[in-house]
Amino acid sequence: MKRTALPLLVFGVLVAFMAAGLTLKPREVPSPLIGKPAPAFSLPLLDAPQQKLSAADLRGKVWLLNVWASWCVACRLEHPLVLAAAKTGAVPIYGLNYKDRRADAVGWLEKFGNPYVSSVSDTEGLVGIDFGVYGVPETFVIDKQGVVRHKVIGPLTTEILRDTVLPLVRKLDG
Amino acid sequence: MARRLLAALLVPVWLACALAAGGVAANEALPLARDPALEARVMGIAAELRCLVCQNETVAASQSALAQDLRRQIGTRLVAGESPDQIREFMVERYGEFVLYRPAFNGITALLWTGPFVLLAGALWVFRRNLRGRSAGDAGLSADERLRAQRLLDEGGGRT
Repeated sequence: MKRTALPLLVFGVLVAFMAAGLTLKPREVPSPLIGKPAPAFSLPLLDAPQQKLSAADLRGKVWLLNVWASWCVACRLEHPLVLAAAKTGAVPIYGLNYKDRRADAVGWLEKFGNPYVSSVSDTEGLVGIDFGVYGVPETFVIDKQGVVRHKVIGPLTTEILRDTVLPLVRKLDG
Repeated sequence: MARRLLAALLVPVWLACALAAGGVAANEALPLARDPALEARVMGIAAELRCLVCQNETVAASQSALAQDLRRQIGTRLVAGESPDQIREFMVERYGEFVLYRPAFNGITALLWTGPFVLLAGALWVFRRNLRGRSAGDAGLSADERLRAQRLLDEGGGRT
């Protein structure tokens, strides 16, 4: 009895670790930016490149920063959801057009609809690096003080919007 | 349900698009490549950073657009006079401790660093205990046991 107890125990611990490992998503690296001020940026507007938008301009409201690009296939998947969310007016959505050509990006928005209050062009991807972007699309929830509160890596889904993002926005707005 | 399935199917596409991004935007050669000494220093730092797009590759080895951008960042920062430690700090601030292939020893990583040694010590302890148990068990049979064994052998012999 005692002889079998130890291997069984070791096996049990191993199984527990593996079971826990199955529920993890190694693709989704937790962002160290959560709870910290959003990186400062000042980038040209996509539709009016002579004008600039900076993170500081958006102080005082809760907003979403959606990182997108015309070359990004998964961005098209989440796009109808972003459009629908923008239509409800629940939260202003700003776009960070990541490593894209301006003409391609403008054409993409014309073709599929423009959910963004504004998009800014991050042609070099440097602001993307500051935000720790590594898998477009990504979406950040930023509060009135300009602090990053949440990050969604990969395409938004109905569930993520309904269960996580929008409730958080309501809480931060309230 | 269908949407969830579609999302699951598209995740590889999303990864592939992240990988293919270089094809669109970032395929120009590193401007720093002309300075081999600098290039070597960049690669030295990049070799200990994890590429977040292809997570089992280093920033030095990966051909993803992000890795190329990060190598360029490292080069720019070295030229600007930053130390390798400052550059690693820059990466950790943005992508988290996960980017370090050689994470610092702290409360969170203590188990990671000491775990294998603890396991090895435990295994050695169990091994030694087993060895000792075995030699003690080889003492032979008691008179009682010898009698029982003899009886069993006799019975078996009787049957055939």
